[in-house]
Amino acid sequence: MIVDLLQERLFQLALIAALLVGLCAPAVGTFIVQRRLALLGDGIGHVALTGVALGFLTGTAPVLTAVIVSLAGAVAIELVRARGRTSGDVALALLFYGGIAGGVMLMGVAPGGSNAKLNSYLFGAIASVTPEDIWVIAGLAVAVIAVVLIFGRELFVLCQDEEMARASGLPVRFLSLLIAVTAALTVVIAMRVVGLLLVSALMVIPVATSQQLTRGFRTTMGLAMLFGVLASVGGLLASTYSPKVPPGAAIVLLALAGFVLALGIGRFVRRGRTQESTVSERPQMRVEEVA
Amino acid sequence: MSETAFAMTDGRVSFDGKPVLRGVDLTVCPGEVVALLGSNGSGKSTLVRALLGLTPLSGGTTLVYGSPPGRFRDWWRIGYVPQRLSVGGGVPATVREVVASGRIARQRRLRRTSQADRAAVARALEAVRLADRANDPVQSLSGGQQQRVLIARALAGEPDTYVMDEPTAGVDAETQQLLADTLSGLVLDGKTVVLVAHELGPLEPVITRGVVIREGRVAHDGRPPRPEGECARPGHEHQHPHADAPPVGPLAGLQEGSL
Repeated sequence: MIVDLLQERLFQLALIAALLVGLCAPAVGTFIVQRRLALLGDGIGHVALTGVALGFLTGTAPVLTAVIVSLAGAVAIELVRARGRTSGDVALALLFYGGIAGGVMLMGVAPGGSNAKLNSYLFGAIASVTPEDIWVIAGLAVAVIAVVLIFGRELFVLCQDEEMARASGLPVRFLSLLIAVTAALTVVIAMRVVGLLLVSALMVIPVATSQQLTRGFRTTMGLAMLFGVLASVGGLLASTYSPKVPPGAAIVLLALAGFVLALGIGRFVRRGRTQESTVSERPQMRVEEVA
Repeated sequence: MSETAFAMTDGRVSFDGKPVLRGVDLTVCPGEVVALLGSNGSGKSTLVRALLGLTPLSGGTTLVYGSPPGRFRDWWRIGYVPQRLSVGGGVPATVREVVASGRIARQRRLRRTSQADRAAVARALEAVRLADRANDPVQSLSGGQQQRVLIARALAGEPDTYVMDEPTAGVDAETQQLLADTLSGLVLDGKTVVLVAHELGPLEPVITRGVVIREGRVAHDGRPPRPEGECARPGHEHQHPHADAPPVGPLAGLQEGSL
């Protein structure tokens, strides 16, 4: 049955998109979660909607305008974050609301805009992915993976301990912008698959799932990418077999189910580990509870 | 290039208009083991952060090996041990991963982890006696063990100068003794150490100079017992703005013959 599916062009495109998203989103997500910026993807997703609508308004490819606007949004968010003022919180919220409202407004005014189109970007429409979309998605995915491979070591230090990164002479400002920009690219990649409102889920849930089972950063990232691919391909298959199932929601719910499962298994694993360690080396309960 | 590790002249730092450092002169020469002492809020932590350029000066100048921190490039020469482990977030990292990150200033982009990197990390883990915990998540360690991870991270970078912010705060006696032993080893290797401490405890015999900070100023600067290098130059004077003032706090012990 899957063999038949694989020969269908539409399914091929959707599968490629799902694979790329499943790989990229958790890879970037691992750094973002480590840096306690789990909601960064949500913020960029909101802003990206205005970019999509601008594409419809100007007759350009929405994916391209979404890239431009979400990059600008990511840089703005990072600049606000780096200033570290309490008012930054509110400034970010304003940016998010503006992004969604602006997107809905522009989409309403745009000649080709409709509620159906708006929905397809908000909640994803993997079945409507075109070959052009795939080229853009693949290009962005290569960029994201390249960033992780080239700067991964430095990004780990930055996200682990920003002061230490500074005292090691790392280009902290550049690396911080790099994370925000990479997150923006990931949002656009994932936009067609899970939709702007659920983009962040694929960046965060696989990481949260993975860290229930792992001890190190590298293994967390690797396992998260595996979970990401399983969820996105699984959701795609579910919606292919029963057309009433929306793929974006299926992917996210599948990822959440995986998280609940890992939570249970992780309890077991950790209990075993605690018994291994000696009495004097009492693990810090605080961290365990948060996790 | 200057071999003086740190040279601050009239260093001033304010937070929201409130002065925290009010004109500090401090020169740290190679081989010195300097303890910055003072009560909470005296500005000693701000001082080390300003020495490293982590906190910008609002007045005065500071040099790291002859360069302002913003233009300094040889960061591998500095090993920084922050006050406590700021584990970035929910993502676990193993002890080895965190210690290995101390090599970052010596590593080039796109260059794989080298044999030398691995060896240095193994030595550092051995030095703080955490080799058997290398693959455990750092979040699962006790406070004292996490402090040892941070010290190992600095050791792994094999720097010339160590800057430690309260390495003894809130850690068990065993870790304090381990730190003292580690410091003795560093001194034998000719390394320079600047550390912030509330009380010296087992570190006392290793310290060559005590600088007491009070209300953002140097209240006392104990003369090193064996001046050498640049500090031995004729005309080089340590600052003694309040030399007549009675010794304060932990330095009292230092002055009574422990040096």
